[in-house]
Amino acid sequence: MRLIEVKMSELVTKYNITKVDKCIYEIPKTGGMRVPTLLFLSESLLNKVEEGAMLQAKNVATMPGIQKAAIAMPDMHEGYGFPIGGVAAMDLETGCISPGGIGYDINCGVRMLATPLTKDDVMPKARQIVESIFSHVPCGVGSKSDIKLTQDELNKVLNNGAKWAVENGYGNEDDLKHCESSGCLPDANADYVSSRAKERGKNQLDTLGAGNHFLEVQYVDKIFDAEVAKGFGIEKEGQITVMIHCGSRGLGHQVCSDFIREMEKTHAELLQQLPDRQLIYAPLGSDLAKRYFGAMCAAANFAWCNRHIIAHRVRDAFKEVFNIKPEELKTVYDVAHNIAKIEEHVIDGKKKKVMMHRKGATRAFPPGHPEIPAAYKEIGQPALLPGTMGTASYVLVGTQKGLEMAFGSTAHGAGRAMSRHGALRQFRGEAVKKQLEAENIIVRSASWKGIAEEAPKAYKDVDEVIKATEGSGICKIVARVRPICVVKG
Amino acid sequence: MKYKYIEHVADLKFQAFGKSLEEAFANAAIALYDFVTKTEQIEPKIEEKIEVESEDNKSLLYDFLEQFLFLIDTKQFLLHEIKEIKITRKNHDKLKLTAIAVGDTADGKYEIGGDVKAVTYNDMFIKKEKDQYIIQVLMDI
Repeated sequence: MRLIEVKMSELVTKYNITKVDKCIYEIPKTGGMRVPTLLFLSESLLNKVEEGAMLQAKNVATMPGIQKAAIAMPDMHEGYGFPIGGVAAMDLETGCISPGGIGYDINCGVRMLATPLTKDDVMPKARQIVESIFSHVPCGVGSKSDIKLTQDELNKVLNNGAKWAVENGYGNEDDLKHCESSGCLPDANADYVSSRAKERGKNQLDTLGAGNHFLEVQYVDKIFDAEVAKGFGIEKEGQITVMIHCGSRGLGHQVCSDFIREMEKTHAELLQQLPDRQLIYAPLGSDLAKRYFGAMCAAANFAWCNRHIIAHRVRDAFKEVFNIKPEELKTVYDVAHNIAKIEEHVIDGKKKKVMMHRKGATRAFPPGHPEIPAAYKEIGQPALLPGTMGTASYVLVGTQKGLEMAFGSTAHGAGRAMSRHGALRQFRGEAVKKQLEAENIIVRSASWKGIAEEAPKAYKDVDEVIKATEGSGICKIVARVRPICVVKG
Repeated sequence: MKYKYIEHVADLKFQAFGKSLEEAFANAAIALYDFVTKTEQIEPKIEEKIEVESEDNKSLLYDFLEQFLFLIDTKQFLLHEIKEIKITRKNHDKLKLTAIAVGDTADGKYEIGGDVKAVTYNDMFIKKEKDQYIIQVLMDI
């Protein structure tokens, strides 16, 4: 941990880091690296990166079949295997798929809803709406859903994702159209998900979970690009939006863990060669890679279905408190930030399919990309960047430069700056809640400890992350939203 | 000292200690659960049998701790203490761990303050220094 104190100049020298463009730095290819590593950071963020994260970003470049460059996003920090904020494209024939490049919380992601309400409508009833959401959405450790799934139904959720939710009366077709991959990855195969993973997940559909997961009622604080914002359904400043941040719960964690263990056993010879055991992988084309990808897609579908149903609960709460119809809350977008997908990218001037790994990184495709919803074809894909409890979150839009330089990826949040224990020592949950209430932000949490751990000051400045994101040109800012109510696990 | 938490910017990192490997493993389970809730406050009402078989010490530790994440998600099981923990080497060099986890189900009776998603191998070590075993684990939270 002493390493964290290494000054920027030392780390920059040690890793031979050079500036290649505004807010883009490079760790050149050395030693076992197959490609260079590109860091999308401002100078001030570069200064704050822990050495552990830098080393991990370098390790990613050693993975077999990696194309062009290993990428680290502006909110990069130390993870396990890949850094958080790590992006890598692997060749489908010579490359690999690594659970350490996706993360335990498969398809952890963000959904945003736009409402016809304004800040003036909601502020007087802020306490009511936060209580109503809290009672409609199970959250906190060990929270259980009212939805009881049979084995057969759970398999359908895993294979069909958010489509299952619509077929069963939650949300609507329009939601699916505004969801990355329409809320369902077709390569999902429930048969590849272990009974243990299914057991962990079967009571967790329709639950928020705990930790950094949250649900916020927000208002549009500033619109930076009115035309694009309007296209996304963000009409005016003061408009109320809702943001849901959660993932695939215990089911996804177990899928990741099961396959890390199986890959270790099958490829025991790799353990000695890898710079980090957590980077264990399966060669693409192998049966194991096929099964992991199928199970990972199934867990991703579970997460999309989860966020979809939680959005339905939010609509119930808004109906209860504001008497507005469910369809008046429209899905702006739903985007994953822990996932692997087969995508087509231009590499060495040629279009090529790759296994795209994004861990703590958000997909952000530019206008005209075939994989974005028809309604957004002309304007580009919304990328949703949650901040912290007391600070802003952002809506961005993908750019051509982002597609070319970062495989159409961007940051996924503020990134922690302080350990949870550090936060617990420094902040008291009650005090953080009071402080936020003084700023007109109402917090409802299943635990005080959760509030203290997620205290705004425990995170890096999200505005700094946004500056690096826009500064490097990988995304454009569309709108900034600020919380009114926060529900935490 | 049974264990100590170590600063980590995003995750839960700790070292657990013991006179034997078994004791260090048991203390690792306590460190995990003291983050979730407080083991000393959990009533010793029910017993869960733990049995894992793994290929080496590290994977044994990984699989052992993962059992508890599974028990939390599926049974809301909260740990008070670990009893009768035994690690034996089986044929083909496989390691086997058996133990009894004593505790209670959450059922809204206890304050739960932390969620642990997964065990990781990051910075994991298991070593013996003088007469003491030290193990280090980083958990994804």
